[in-house]
Amino acid sequence: MSSTVKFVQGNEACVEGALYAGLEFFAGYPITPSTEIAEHLAARLPRQGGKFIQMEDEIASMCAIIGASLTGCKVMTATSGPGFSLKQEALGYAVMAEIPCVVVSVMRGGPSTGLPTHVSQGDVNQARWGTHGDHAIICMTASNNQDVFATTVEAFNLAETYRTPVILLFDEVVGHMREKLEMPEPGAVPLVGRLRTSVKDGVNYHPYLPREDGRLPMSDFGGVHRYNVTGLFHDMWGFPTDNPTVVRELLRHLVDKIDNNAAQICKYKEFHLEDAECVLISYGSSARSALHLVEERRALGDKLGLLELQTLWPFPEAVVREKCSRAKHVVVVEMNMGQVMAQVKLAVDKPGRVYLVNRYDGVFITPNDIMNILRLIQGKGV
Amino acid sequence: MSIKKYIRSRFFPHIWCPGCGHGTVLNGLLRALDGLGINKNSVVMVSGIGCSSRISGYVDFHTLHTLHGRALAFATGVKLSRPELKLIVPMGDGDALAIGGNHFIHAARRNIDITAIVMNNRVYGMTGGQYSPLSGEGTLSTTAPLGNIDQMFDVAALAQAAGASFVARTTSYHVKELSKVLMKAISHKGFSVVEVLSQCPTYFGRKNKQGDAVSMMEGYKSGTTPIGSKAKQENPDLIERGIFVERQSPEYCEEYAKIMDKAQKKKAKA
Repeated sequence: MSSTVKFVQGNEACVEGALYAGLEFFAGYPITPSTEIAEHLAARLPRQGGKFIQMEDEIASMCAIIGASLTGCKVMTATSGPGFSLKQEALGYAVMAEIPCVVVSVMRGGPSTGLPTHVSQGDVNQARWGTHGDHAIICMTASNNQDVFATTVEAFNLAETYRTPVILLFDEVVGHMREKLEMPEPGAVPLVGRLRTSVKDGVNYHPYLPREDGRLPMSDFGGVHRYNVTGLFHDMWGFPTDNPTVVRELLRHLVDKIDNNAAQICKYKEFHLEDAECVLISYGSSARSALHLVEERRALGDKLGLLELQTLWPFPEAVVREKCSRAKHVVVVEMNMGQVMAQVKLAVDKPGRVYLVNRYDGVFITPNDIMNILRLIQGKGV
Repeated sequence: MSIKKYIRSRFFPHIWCPGCGHGTVLNGLLRALDGLGINKNSVVMVSGIGCSSRISGYVDFHTLHTLHGRALAFATGVKLSRPELKLIVPMGDGDALAIGGNHFIHAARRNIDITAIVMNNRVYGMTGGQYSPLSGEGTLSTTAPLGNIDQMFDVAALAQAAGASFVARTTSYHVKELSKVLMKAISHKGFSVVEVLSQCPTYFGRKNKQGDAVSMMEGYKSGTTPIGSKAKQENPDLIERGIFVERQSPEYCEEYAKIMDKAQKKKAKA
């Protein structure tokens, strides 16, 4: 089987993944360091009959993709920290109304406009809790172009499977780094399409009545079934309600459909974990520095291993607990003040042995940065 | 003429107060759609948040009840992805022009084929009677107990300036005119804005001593006049009704279709 090899930026790898997955509609607003995603799609989408629109702001972009998704399109928007903040209300709408969509945030330092052209991994908690209310969310990340591509395809598949927004968090280094991307042949990676209702014209269609397997078949706006979609708590017709039983059951459904499938959703990679005394946990570009260090130290007999997280939410608690169960030290490497570390501490049996090696100054974390702290943690002095 | 076929009677009674003008606007809208003979499956109604925005739940179309101020942004996504659909966006004055002001002017600028109905009752009804961008100076509201110092703007003038290719104003009193104007707006290719003065006796009327719904509607009768009338020259305070602008101008989805053609020809060449 042949595949095309390209030399691209991470942002372009995301574009390739989205187009491979069947993206038909993109709405966005320029913001560094995500802008190349919009620029490439502006050129690529109309060539294949897809729609691109530069909206008046980030809020409008998020709203527009929700509208387009309801007509049956696979949709995406891309932004960065401050723009991601603006999207949060509509992101919650997509959670509540169960609209498949993909939202990319190429992270930059914050809060506020922060560090536009520098690296950060500061959106981890925003992805989880940026919108209000109890809810579940799927959020994925990647550390290299090949994984950016695969993860983007996976994000569309998960969005359609669970009728939910899926967030892709890439960091600035991943988004802008140029490296090889091997494009699989069309059909080589399985794609999940929209699950449409089999209910015939003239028969009552209930847009929010789950099937036995929990999936909700959709009907495209413009089709034969006319129904209501709202961000309010709603019954099986999609009509607003404040009936306590309906409210409770809907919220449970929204959370359970993700949480109960965490084992299928959560992706990760492991390197040298079999006998690791010290487990590094990282994601995104910082995982590459961590991996570099692991391989360098392994050659010297140091029993280091790396768990690279590719799904951040739902947090892969079971995986983290199991992979860290025999470790003397668990070291989380990330470019923020410990957003994933907090989750790791909750997941492991001995949170006192969890350490943080981080940078939050807009400068990429290097293997040396990690090594310097690691020696202290391992009691080897500086 | 039966317009009941457009109603989702299962979801009645509606939430509007007695005397509210919004039911009249809904009636006029359904008569307009009926008059045009538009297939229900080709209508998508998108609304934001507020009393007026509850319209979408009550009608048997594809309906999308969205976020405060964002109806036009959602509608833009629906329209651009399926240009053959008829997009109707009923909004309140706060929804359309305060929080939604940005989307309003940009939808007009694009001249995307959407019919925006601004149901102007000069107040935030659902949250209990706060002043809106169209309340006007000197009016009383729960957040302007000593008199409103915010200036209002003219929706029709704003829409024209922003690029809307169809702009009209009418009232809940002038019901036949309302249906006729809406028929024209819905048939028009491009961004259409119809401002409908719609009474809120519960909050605006009561606070501002304008009496009950009937006297408020009488106010629409006596306080408005057709565009360019002699009465207007004699009394500049009268509010003009009718169609302010109706012109052909490039429509967004059609222009995008040309871009797609261009891109595909370029691709075929390559």
